[in-house]
This record gives sequence, structure tokens and C-alpha cells, in this order.
Amino acid sequence: MSSAATAISHGAPPEAGLRAFVRRLKHGDEIAHLITLVFASGILLVTSLLVYELWINSHLSRTKFGWMFFWTRVWDPVFDNYGAAPFIYGTLITSAVALVIALPLGLAGAIFLAELAPRKLSDSVAFLIDLLAAVPSVIYGVLGIFIVVPFVRSTLGPALKAAFGYLPPFQGPNYGVGFLTAGIVLAIMVVPFIISVSREVLLTVPRDQREAALALGATRWESTWKVVVPWARTGILGSVFLALARALGETMAVTMVIGNAPNISASLFSSGDTMASVIANQFTEATGDLFVSALIELGLVLFLITFILNGLARILIVATQRGGGHPS
Amino acid sequence: MKKSFAILFVLLGLAITAGAQSNPVLINAAGATFPYPIYSKWFDVYHNQHPEIQINYQSQGSGAGIRQLLAGTVDFGASDGPMSDDQLAQAKFKILHFPTVLGAVVPTYNISGVTGELNFTPKALAGIYLGTITKWNDPEIAKSNPGVKLPDDDIVVVHRSEGSGTTYIWTDFLSKVSDDWKNKVGKNTSVNWPVGLGQKGNEGVTGLVKQTPNSIGYIELIYAIQNNIPYGKVQNAIGKFVKADLASVTAAAAGAANEMPDDFRVSITNAPGPTAYPISSFTWLLIPAQIQDSVKRDAIKGFLKWMLADGQGFNEGLSYARLPKPVIAKEMKAISLIQ
Repeated sequence: MSSAATAISHGAPPEAGLRAFVRRLKHGDEIAHLITLVFASGILLVTSLLVYELWINSHLSRTKFGWMFFWTRVWDPVFDNYGAAPFIYGTLITSAVALVIALPLGLAGAIFLAELAPRKLSDSVAFLIDLLAAVPSVIYGVLGIFIVVPFVRSTLGPALKAAFGYLPPFQGPNYGVGFLTAGIVLAIMVVPFIISVSREVLLTVPRDQREAALALGATRWESTWKVVVPWARTGILGSVFLALARALGETMAVTMVIGNAPNISASLFSSGDTMASVIANQFTEATGDLFVSALIELGLVLFLITFILNGLARILIVATQRGGGHPS
Repeated sequence: MKKSFAILFVLLGLAITAGAQSNPVLINAAGATFPYPIYSKWFDVYHNQHPEIQINYQSQGSGAGIRQLLAGTVDFGASDGPMSDDQLAQAKFKILHFPTVLGAVVPTYNISGVTGELNFTPKALAGIYLGTITKWNDPEIAKSNPGVKLPDDDIVVVHRSEGSGTTYIWTDFLSKVSDDWKNKVGKNTSVNWPVGLGQKGNEGVTGLVKQTPNSIGYIELIYAIQNNIPYGKVQNAIGKFVKADLASVTAAAAGAANEMPDDFRVSITNAPGPTAYPISSFTWLLIPAQIQDSVKRDAIKGFLKWMLADGQGFNEGLSYARLPKPVIAKEMKAISLIQ
């Protein structure tokens, strides 16, 4: 490569622009630029192809059901009537339960590891947490079936009913499988993401910030909670949305513990279903054209919801940055 | 350097001629997961006897098998339910059905204080799955189980969450025995369940039933036999309570064999015959009537003949019920329709 480049520069007197180009080529800048550009646009291309395919293949269902697809509560492969409402509800409610449980756990874990634990302990625990994030979801599903389901049925469910039974989310029959169990399993799955990313972010907070707070007479906890955590909140929010993305799209672990019935119920004990789960469950055996098309439209809706939530996340991050605290 | 190249070329040449001599026939197929264990055994044994013929079977599910066959991406498909008239009309070519083995679906349950074998009337099963029978001590269940102390507890209904041939057979049976079921729910690989919790696979249904007190689910007979899972008897068309086993499933097929249509698309749920188990079904290979490639055509026809004769001998070892003799004779004749 370099010999070819020299040959060109020794040829006819080139323009200044070309010479500059060749020089950059020689140093690899232009090549690196090109390669990264190609790969980056590859990602864009794949995403647009994905949306295009989902859009085209969901044509039958889109024209037949229109906007009603979002509100219809029936999913009937025999009489070919499909609606996404129970699956949208299930996806959102399980992800919300997961975040409500995982956020305090994850944040507290990250604060302990970054601020309070000795560095050696922190590093080795962080290594284990990264391992947890790599465990296949079917393993979490199996743990869910054998541990979380019986626990919710015989211990947690009755306890919640006794304490909060007057609230609708904690009423109704409890079989152990349902929104709550799926949310708990999802929470276990996403906590490692929150801890791992938040810890890294907390560790990057400059030492000066802590020392300044301590010098002003803050206690160690005050300096952590009032200075370090606000400084890192963009990164922490980022970790939460990473966790949310995983929770929204999770298939295997959810389908194993949610009960797979398209219900919309205020009760957290009720069985339900999510978009990712129903697609995985029914796609292979879907025979009718409309059935397949409706499943593909569900995929499109899932994509749309993920897109909207990610957009909201961006807005939230920008808004908190304006509020001050983090300079970057 | 040159010498090693020469050797390489010679080896390459040898490899090519060797390949040309055996002239391998590669056949692609896809479809039902339920008969996959016996199919992979058959294809493997047949490949050992005829090394040039290799059948590659993807067990992606009956629906995927039908879709791939219609799209022309496989040489033949396989399905647990016969193709519907609509699907056959959609196809650009004629498709023949060949029954291969028999399967059955059994009710399994976990009731506090009940250890014995329960008897289920079709009406009881339909009522439970419709949600009209909600307690275990309902008269419809109690009357066929004298002497069994059934609890006054709610029934927890468990069904398959994913589309499956097992569900097709189960709902086909319920549609035959209950008009309510037929009109409200119908039969398919997945349906709009009136009640119940969904679980993935036979293992998922079995797992939830084992864990959940007072629950009932349905699973494949083979899965129940291989894993020693207790299951109940079901009342057949002439009123006898029959326990599913290989003999009673074959009996169901034999009962239906007399009225077997020429295209073999027949449901044998609720079949006549005193020993017939009522929730039984064929599973089919779906083969195009016209195969252009004569080598492939001969290979597929050869395999079908072998499957109907020697192949059936492998069934019991893998807990599949044999095809009845009259059905085999009829299929042998139908092979000549492949051209």
C-alpha cells in the first residue's frame, strides 16, 4: 500500500488536495475513516432493512385491522382476529415492575461497590456481576420456574395480599405465574446491567468533587448522595435505559413464568403475555397468512415502543443535563 | 512447492471423481417437531443403507413445514395436522399426504389427596377447558370417578403457550365432542383459550402441573410414557374409558381406516372401536405429486416404501404407535401417484 502511494506522489505533479489525500492515506487516516464509515452505515442499513421488512410483511394485518390493532384485546388464531393490546400492556407492566425492583437494588449495589467497598473487593464483585449479565436468559427462566414461581405462590403472594390486599394490584387468584413473577425474574436479569454500568460511571467522578464536599464538612454519605451520584446521574440513567431495553425485549425467561394468556388485568398476580413472548411462541406454527402478518406487526409495534422509550430516555438525559450537575 | 501442488491436484481430482461415482442425493425437508425423534432415526438408518441418499430434516414445527413447502424451499414437508383446503388451494402444485406414525395426547393432573387414575368424560374435559366446570368435585367429573374423594377446589387449567401439533389434536377432539367448543374456540395449533395458563412445551406444561395444586394439563403420550408421568383415562366414542397406550392408539387408527379418504387427510379423534383411544392422530409427510428431478423422486419414493415396511419396526422403541396394516397397504398404492 505504501509503495503504491509513493509511486503516485512521485508521478505527475499532483494538486495540493491530492497530495494531502495521499499523505493521509499513507498515515492510514483516510482508510480508517472509510472503514469506520462503512461499518457505521452498515448498522443504519440493517436497522432500516429491519423496519422495511417488518412494514412490508405486516401489510395484510395493517390493512385489515388498522389502528384497532392497538386497542383490540382478542388474539384468536382460529377466527383470525388479532389485537396487540394485552401484549403491549404485558410488556410495559413487566418492564415497569422490573425497573421498580431493580433500580434501588442496582443503584445501592453500585454505590457500595464504587464508594464504600475496598477496591479489591469491588473489582472482584464487579467481575462476578459481569458474568451474571452474560448468563443465557433460559437459565434465568428455569430458576424462575423452580424458585421464584413457588416463592411467589406460597410466600410472597400471600404476604403481599395480607399487607396490601385492599389495593387492586394485589387482588385476585395467585398461581405463582404472572406479571409479578415475570417482573421479578426480569429484575434479577437487569440488575447486573445497572450495577455494572453505574459503578463504572461513579468511579469516573473526579476525586476533587468528593474532597471538596468533605472539606465543606459533609459526611461521607452526604458527599456520595449529594455530590457524587448527581454528578454521575446521566450515566446512571443510561444504565437504567439499557436495563429497560433488555426487559422490553426479553423473551425466553418471561414466557416461562408469565402464564402466556393475553389478559389485561390490574392484578399483578394475573397471568399475561408480552410481545416478544407471543412472537417466539407462535411464529413457528403460524399457518394462516393473516396470523403471520399479525405476528410481524407485533414485532413492528415492539420496535416502535422501544424506539419511543429510547427517544424519551434521550430527552430525559438532555433535560437533566440542563438542570446542571454534570458538565459533560 | 510445485510437487506439493501436484499432489494437491491429484487428491482434488480423486475427490471429485469419488464424489461423482457415489452421486449424492441431498433432500431437504422441514416440519413437525412431534415425530422428529422417529424421523431422524429413519433418515439416519436409511442413509446408512443407502449412503448416497441424505435427507436433511429441520424440525421447525408443522406451520413452518407447510410454509416452507408452499414457498418451495424444501423438497417435502411434515405436519401434525392435515393441510386445510385453503392451504392446498394456495399451493402452486398438488400435495400428497402420507401418514407416518401415530401420536396421542393425554390429560395429566395434580389434585390434592387424589393418587389414583381419574376417568374423564369428553364433556368434563370440554367443560374444564371452556371454564364452565371450575371445581374438581363437579358432578360431571365425580360421576365417572366413584369412590374418589375429589376436593372442592378451583381447577387450574394449563395449556401449551406456543403453537403445537399437540394443541391441534387436543382442540380437534374437543371440537368433535362439544359444540360449544367448536363454535367458541375451534381447532388449531394455537387457539384463543377461554381459561388457563400457558406453558411452553410438554416439559413446561408438566412442570407447571406438577408444581401447582389442583391443576390439569395435556401432554403428548410419548412424553408421558418416557418420563413416567401419570395420566387419566378418557371415555371414547362408544362410552368406554380407555387408557392411552401404543395399542389403543393403533386401534383408533384401525377404526378409522375403513373410512380413510383417498388423500389420507383424516382426523381420528373420537374414533369408533371398543379399544380405541379417542385423542389420537396421524402425523403426515407432505410430498409434492410432481417432482421434476427424477433422482430425487426415486429417492423419496424409495424412502416412503422402506418407511412403510421396515421403518415401522423402529416405532415401538421410540414409543410411537404403528400404522395399521390396511393404512400401510393403501399408502403403498398411493406412492405411485408421485411422478
